[in-house]
Amino acid sequence: MSVALAPATGLTRAGRRIVDVFTSPKSGPVLVTAVLFVLIFVAGGLRYRGFLSGQVFLNLLIDNSYLIVLAIGMSFVIITGGIDLSVGAVVALSTIIAARLLQAGWDPTAVIAIILLVTSTLGLLVGLMIHIFKVQPFIATLAAMFLARGLCYIIAKESISIEHPFFVAMANLRIPLGGQMSVSPSVLIALVVLAIGVWVLQYTRFGRTAYAIGGGEQSGMLMGLPTSRTKVLVYVISGFCSGLAGVLYAFYTLSGYALTAVGTELDAIAAVVIGGTLLTGGYGFVLGSALGVLVLGLIQTIITFEGTLSSWWTKIFIGALLLVFIILQKVLTSRRT
Amino acid sequence: MKYLGLAFSNRLFWPVVMLVALLAVNVIAVPGFLAITVNSEGHLFGSTIDIVRNGAPTLIIAVGMTLVIATRGIDLSVGSICAISGAVACSIILGSPNPDDPGVVGVAVLAALGLSLLLGVWNGFLVAVLGIQPIIATLILMTAGRGIAMLITEGNILTVESAPFKFLGSGFLVGIPVATIIGAVTIGFAALLTRRTALGLLIESVGINPEASRQAGVRARGLLFTVYAFCAVLAAIAGLILTSNQTAADANNTGLFIELDAILAVVIGGTSLNGGRYSLAGTLVGALIIQTLVTTVYTVGIPPIATMVFKAAVVTAVCLLQSPTTAAAIGRWRRRSPAPQPVAKVAVSR
Amino acid sequence: MPDSLSAAAQLPSVAPVVEMNDISITFPGVKALDAVDFRMFPGEVHSLMGENGAGKSTLIKALTGVYSVDSGVIRLGGEQVTFAGPAQAQAAGISTVYQEVNLLGNLTVAENVMLGREPRRFGGIDWRAMRRRAAEILEGLSLDVDPNSLLNSHSLAVQQLVAIARAIDIKAKVLILDEPTSSLDLEEVAELFRVIRSLKESGVAILFVSHFLDQVYEISDRLTVLRNGQLVGEYLTPELLRIDLVQAMIGKELATLDDLENRVHSGDREVAPTEGAKPYLVASGIARKGAIAPVDLVIGAGEVVGLAGLLGSGRTEVARLIGGVDRTDAGQLEVSGHPIKLRTPRQAIKHHIAYSSENRRAEGIVDELSVRDNVILALQADRGWFRPIPRKRQDELAASYIEALNIKTPDADTPVRNLSGGNQQKVLLARWLAIAPRLLILDEPTRGIDVGAKAEIQKLVYSLAENGMSVLFISAELEEVLRLSNRIVVLRDRQKVADLLNDGLGVDDLLALIAEGATEPEPVTGAAS
Repeated sequence: MSVALAPATGLTRAGRRIVDVFTSPKSGPVLVTAVLFVLIFVAGGLRYRGFLSGQVFLNLLIDNSYLIVLAIGMSFVIITGGIDLSVGAVVALSTIIAARLLQAGWDPTAVIAIILLVTSTLGLLVGLMIHIFKVQPFIATLAAMFLARGLCYIIAKESISIEHPFFVAMANLRIPLGGQMSVSPSVLIALVVLAIGVWVLQYTRFGRTAYAIGGGEQSGMLMGLPTSRTKVLVYVISGFCSGLAGVLYAFYTLSGYALTAVGTELDAIAAVVIGGTLLTGGYGFVLGSALGVLVLGLIQTIITFEGTLSSWWTKIFIGALLLVFIILQKVLTSRRT
Repeated sequence: MKYLGLAFSNRLFWPVVMLVALLAVNVIAVPGFLAITVNSEGHLFGSTIDIVRNGAPTLIIAVGMTLVIATRGIDLSVGSICAISGAVACSIILGSPNPDDPGVVGVAVLAALGLSLLLGVWNGFLVAVLGIQPIIATLILMTAGRGIAMLITEGNILTVESAPFKFLGSGFLVGIPVATIIGAVTIGFAALLTRRTALGLLIESVGINPEASRQAGVRARGLLFTVYAFCAVLAAIAGLILTSNQTAADANNTGLFIELDAILAVVIGGTSLNGGRYSLAGTLVGALIIQTLVTTVYTVGIPPIATMVFKAAVVTAVCLLQSPTTAAAIGRWRRRSPAPQPVAKVAVSR
Repeated sequence: MPDSLSAAAQLPSVAPVVEMNDISITFPGVKALDAVDFRMFPGEVHSLMGENGAGKSTLIKALTGVYSVDSGVIRLGGEQVTFAGPAQAQAAGISTVYQEVNLLGNLTVAENVMLGREPRRFGGIDWRAMRRRAAEILEGLSLDVDPNSLLNSHSLAVQQLVAIARAIDIKAKVLILDEPTSSLDLEEVAELFRVIRSLKESGVAILFVSHFLDQVYEISDRLTVLRNGQLVGEYLTPELLRIDLVQAMIGKELATLDDLENRVHSGDREVAPTEGAKPYLVASGIARKGAIAPVDLVIGAGEVVGLAGLLGSGRTEVARLIGGVDRTDAGQLEVSGHPIKLRTPRQAIKHHIAYSSENRRAEGIVDELSVRDNVILALQADRGWFRPIPRKRQDELAASYIEALNIKTPDADTPVRNLSGGNQQKVLLARWLAIAPRLLILDEPTRGIDVGAKAEIQKLVYSLAENGMSVLFISAELEEVLRLSNRIVVLRDRQKVADLLNDGLGVDDLLALIAEGATEPEPVTGAAS
């Protein structure tokens, strides 16, 4: 209806609708990201031979499937206005648990079940600390990060390689998609998680309550929504996703190492923000976060193709993108209030 | 009993108890823990000296972080600023024909501090002018900063052989480690700066009640610029000490996670992350606790790799002790248990 | 004024749907509700009236389960109930639209109407059905908005109506509308009243809270008046004259401050210096959209100007404009003949104008800081941080104000939050006096403090003016305004309705103006009876 209320300019109705969608704090940033992704991809295609191919895109998915899962969990937390600094450490913990238990001859299914149970429990403890003891998410997840990293070192100092046939199979298996294109099983898992994430956030009361907490916890409570339960659960989800991402990371690297995935939480947060989720909570889509991961991956791929550009430009580009998106969000939300 | 109550209500009580307990554990494990010896060169040596020396970078950053947190802010970019300042200083020293010239080192240090000042002003700009949440605003530099440091070092670890520069991190002055002296001067300077001027009062006022402060005519914008710039410069100093200590600038690892240790020191010291009243003395105790904890893990014979778990335990314990939920629970328990005092109840007469 | 009608005299044939008996709620230091009775019948619009601190919102929050009561019984449809939270009250059929729209701007209009009762399909939310249902409800309210648009893309008025749409859809037995009209224009109010009437006909009991007396008289069948946490009475609207209503809300003061009263009225003071005195501040047509219509105001040097009017009449809004706290949309300000622009309180302070907020806790004191720090804060802010007030001078300032204002504190180092309300108010006054303002704006400086402190503050205002300071004085208590002011400006519904010399004025004169407004638009001078 804001379309009808907009001042009569020379724009057509459709044009105004497009402007409206792009300047909405809900859909604006994620659309900008989508446009950006296409632009970079096309620009890369014009510049480098063999860039504009399906497999380059699929490789983005293969290389970043664990980060997609991580970003999905992070999206839940950030949509409620929280943050989870522990995800990188939890990924490392998961790889170490996997490597150690497989080394001891455990069954892979049991190993994966234990990892998910441990990481979800860790998330639960963090959520309770935040909800019951009113500890800021930043500090509570910081404690969890220290705990997870510390546990890594206690379990194993050195890198342990994973030789279990199931994990090796998951690492090497490629599912053909025709036309000489293929994806790894991890990609399918990430896509399934993505679909579940979309459904939960969009179609369940739990998901909508997560948005409500980010928009105004007090209002959500007065509207009779289950805010307390939801606030704790998003951290359980983030813990679960970190565990699963750790398993995918173990498939990808076939090793468990305490010092792995340092700073991955920053990548996940950056992907979520670039994907259009407001760090103050209330707006965002998991699809956007997946798109954010792909943009990050694409920047890395471009730098690889460029050859002369050094890898540290990735960080500077990500920082610059973060800045642009944060200012964009600021402008879009302040316009509305 | 009265003094006990007074001690309980003091915000430094729990942190000091924790520090003393940690030291006690060390003394029990290693009876000579507190001993300080003088070596042939007249330098002081001992475990406690190690604590005050190795803890200096964290303390220096924590001092700046305390002021930032008092304004209801936070600065995540200090670790990256450490790396940048180290990279700038080392590249200048390496680029000069005479790395042992104190003048060259002086220029290098000033350049590092100057650039960091600019980075702090940038943080201040994002927070004070654009009104971006501090945690988000400083996240940008946290991410991009390591890239900038790599850009300066061109991806290499810059190893420097410069006596004057090495002096910063591992030298001794009248027997005391230079790093410790810098740390002491920093906290002393910050205390003077904020308590001898009205800076501290205005920072606390803005942190406690921004709207009341605005109505009283306090200009928050200038204050925010000041604290973020100050914090960045202190981070640069810490970065120089760390770099000098390792005799190398490592863009990836210098100051990694130091922002977390610094924030932890501030929180343990009793300054609330919600801003307002701050305690530099508390931050000092907090920084000492963190460094002592690391030492304790060594002396008690726990594998040093478990330090992180202990840090987690300390963070959790401190947060739970400071939680309003805990305070309310203790309040209920206190009222209930000694309770000879009847709860005054006004009779409702109609 | 008619006495509170006895229950038997006008009981409708039906039983009350809400009965609250003997309700008391105490907050630290305040008795927010003191043995209050309240009831509502099905199919009536019941207005809850009272000034700041009367206990209106506390009563509403007790009924909706936000607060639990210390004592007393709540019955809903004859059965005793206790709600552990708003969700339970909602489930029991009590639906509330709060003053500050408690909806979620980041979600769609449809969600804001339906969330919590969303239609489902295949285990998930059926968005289509939800939008359809929301559209129907909105149509019933003649509200033409896209259910799929974000709530915060709409005006506050639309958001208010969406909140009402949500409340209606809950199929409530009791609908509570707390200040629903404060952001609506006349047409929207008419639309809302149409909805209220149709709900009333379907048997819903509606609790209506508004500061606009016209609206209260137009829509409500019955009134309950609260004052200082106590019940004043319950009345049938047609039987209660407006002037009696206003009097019931404002009340007569309990303690008589004879000394002060005598001094003001015994003629040892010039009552009307305005004519000859040089004006200190001249405001012409200052206004702010949604807060106050253009107002002219002149404050002479050494003059006390009282602002009288009900809560929401625009009295605070005018004060905030002059104090630089809010920016004006229109109009000009002149100080001593020079035009000035105020964009921040800091600029007002530079022009020697000090505004002491009515909201002591949120906008006044800095509660964790000491008495001394609170006293010197504005002075220090004015000097800048690198020119600290020497510690000795700080101590002198604090000590002198503690003595002069009789601030009861163990010492100057005590955090100001440990002080009682009256003493906190005095600390705030000390802060402003320390910068030696030429114009002091006091917004409800005596609200919620004990009688002794109140008398002292009144005495202080009197002596400040005697020493040449101009004062703009706001209070809900008309006696107080009359006692202290040389001139009184009356506001009603965000407009100035009268500008009177305090020359033999009585409470009744002011009450009449506040209730009805001036018949002629020109400033009435000396409207003494």
